[in-house]
Amino acid sequence: MKKEFKELTATAVPLPIENIDTDQIIPARFLKATSREGFGDNLFRDWRFDAQGNPKADFVLNDNRYSGKILVAGRNFGCGSSREHAAWSIHDFGFKVVVSSFFADIFKGNALNNFLLPVQVSEEFLQEILAAVIANPATELKVDVPSQTIELVGSGKSETFAIDGYKKMCLINGFDDIDYLLSLQDKIEAYEQQAVKF
Amino acid sequence: MGKTLFDKVWDAHVVTTAEGGIDVLYIDKHLIHEVTSPQAFSELENRGIKLFRAAKMVATADHNVPTIDQHLPIKDDLSRFQVNKLTENCDKFGVELYGLGHQYQGIVHVIGPELGITQPGMTIVCGDSHTSTHGAFGSIAFGIGTSQVAMVMASQCLLQQKPKKMRINVNGKLKNGVLPKDVVLYIIAKLSANGGTGYFVEFAGNVFREMSMEGRMTVCNMSIEMGARGGMIAPDDITIEYVRGREFAPKGETFEKAAAYWRSLATDADGVFDAEYSYNAEDIDPMITYGTNPGMGIKVTDAVPSEDAFSGQESFNKALAYMGLEAGESMIGKQINYVFIGSCTNSRIEDLRLAAQVVKGHKKADNVHAFIVPGSKQVQAQAKAEGLDRIFEEAGFQLREPGCSACLAMNDDKIPAGEYCVSTSNRNFEGRQGPGARTFLASPLVAAVAALEGKIADVKPYLN
Repeated sequence: MKKEFKELTATAVPLPIENIDTDQIIPARFLKATSREGFGDNLFRDWRFDAQGNPKADFVLNDNRYSGKILVAGRNFGCGSSREHAAWSIHDFGFKVVVSSFFADIFKGNALNNFLLPVQVSEEFLQEILAAVIANPATELKVDVPSQTIELVGSGKSETFAIDGYKKMCLINGFDDIDYLLSLQDKIEAYEQQAVKF
Repeated sequence: MGKTLFDKVWDAHVVTTAEGGIDVLYIDKHLIHEVTSPQAFSELENRGIKLFRAAKMVATADHNVPTIDQHLPIKDDLSRFQVNKLTENCDKFGVELYGLGHQYQGIVHVIGPELGITQPGMTIVCGDSHTSTHGAFGSIAFGIGTSQVAMVMASQCLLQQKPKKMRINVNGKLKNGVLPKDVVLYIIAKLSANGGTGYFVEFAGNVFREMSMEGRMTVCNMSIEMGARGGMIAPDDITIEYVRGREFAPKGETFEKAAAYWRSLATDADGVFDAEYSYNAEDIDPMITYGTNPGMGIKVTDAVPSEDAFSGQESFNKALAYMGLEAGESMIGKQINYVFIGSCTNSRIEDLRLAAQVVKGHKKADNVHAFIVPGSKQVQAQAKAEGLDRIFEEAGFQLREPGCSACLAMNDDKIPAGEYCVSTSNRNFEGRQGPGARTFLASPLVAAVAALEGKIADVKPYLN
């Protein structure tokens, strides 16, 4: 599941709803698995399927005009619980990037730890992207990690996005935090010796 | 430059600073439960990594467990498998487990404090966003994802960018009937469901200083509902007396040394915050939420608004449509058929005592299913010892066994589609309490009154 991420040019799926919480992304009743795989089947479960499990025609993931590796969503995406299953389900469904004008902290960290890139843009640019994608599902977005830019392909419009320098290095090289933390064992043990203890 | 409570605890836990200014933060206590730990244990096994400090971990089963007949095997296959997997992993890796049937079992954020595992000045993490609860002790406590659970298992550390700091002051005298839950719902309504994102919050002012530890836990618990990673309250005499004598707290002379250190953690007079807000206690009334995020809260006696300063109109209308509410409609008088008193927000003994005091000598309304889920086996035992179980039974309330229950409906405790539930939990998201369920978040007082009236009602007639 994990691999390096440098750049991506792809079509996008528009989901112009604000405050999409982790219970919408993956409802708690689907958190009973003990592996990381297969959560994509239940991504946005209660918006995507009715109580009988039939696809709801008016939900964008069931609208075959829209597809792609980039999810574009309203502000405050991923608020609520710390369940990493939210990031797993989005990634497992096939998305590599989520674009929004604001992300909840825990979701953002969980996404990066799974090489799912959260790209935060201005509210104006988000609305422009949403309008373009909704009007023309073939619209592409180009996301480049080294230069930290996102471009609305063909419009000449782009924005830079913020990413922590350490996390950027991890994404580009496919490293994760465990590798780094394990290399610090001596320092961690030295810290333990001098730490305040009761 | 002076330091804040947050700075003092954070700085004492920085092992080293990595490239890009990211800190390697040492974690004193790592709490785990059945839902967010199995993939972390698997990651360790798959990569051949040892569990670094098993003694700094404590496990319990809470999210998935039934709240009826806990002595019987769990009926749901997936839940049983997940709970059994936790037992298996704890055995294999040598982690202390307070599983089903254990006298210390309960909601992870209830048992940590009541056992004295949670102490001031610590760093505490758990794969659960309501880990913010433990900040009530003046510890830095926050929720983490499963990849981070694996990191802490591997190294007892996390890589963390130091967040910004916010202080929220509430001063004055709270009105009769206004509980800690109302205070935090009021703050979230003022700041919105993302007003605290990027921040760690310190709650200050006489309202919090005078609050019991259980009330402080309710407040810090819901820090995450305004987007903050965590909330903290400076340790004081109330904190120290709460911790004293608890099972895993320091004892004797060591305790006195610890207490002196804990007292030194309070924010310096010249401590600097990135943001600060102040509210008057007198402005706060009993609260209830009407929408689908915890920021959509109003006074119980208010009408449903027609807009919200923090949501686009489309999102706002979507929330009202889901809730089956009309703008301008009064909340008072709205019929509700379910009342849930429980969750890591409001399932402690004080919450149960308060509910019992309100319902004593009354009967729940016929249309209402009212159930109370204690936060832990110890809370359950205490409630029985005080005779609260009898009071609830006589009033027609069910007192169940401990677990997360209808807060997130992972077990059988679900609110049916379309039904309204007045709930003392922390989230009113669509489907949170079951597919199609509609949640009104409120204090145990507002919830208990609703159960008696069969509808949302003013609490005034029930105040002494």
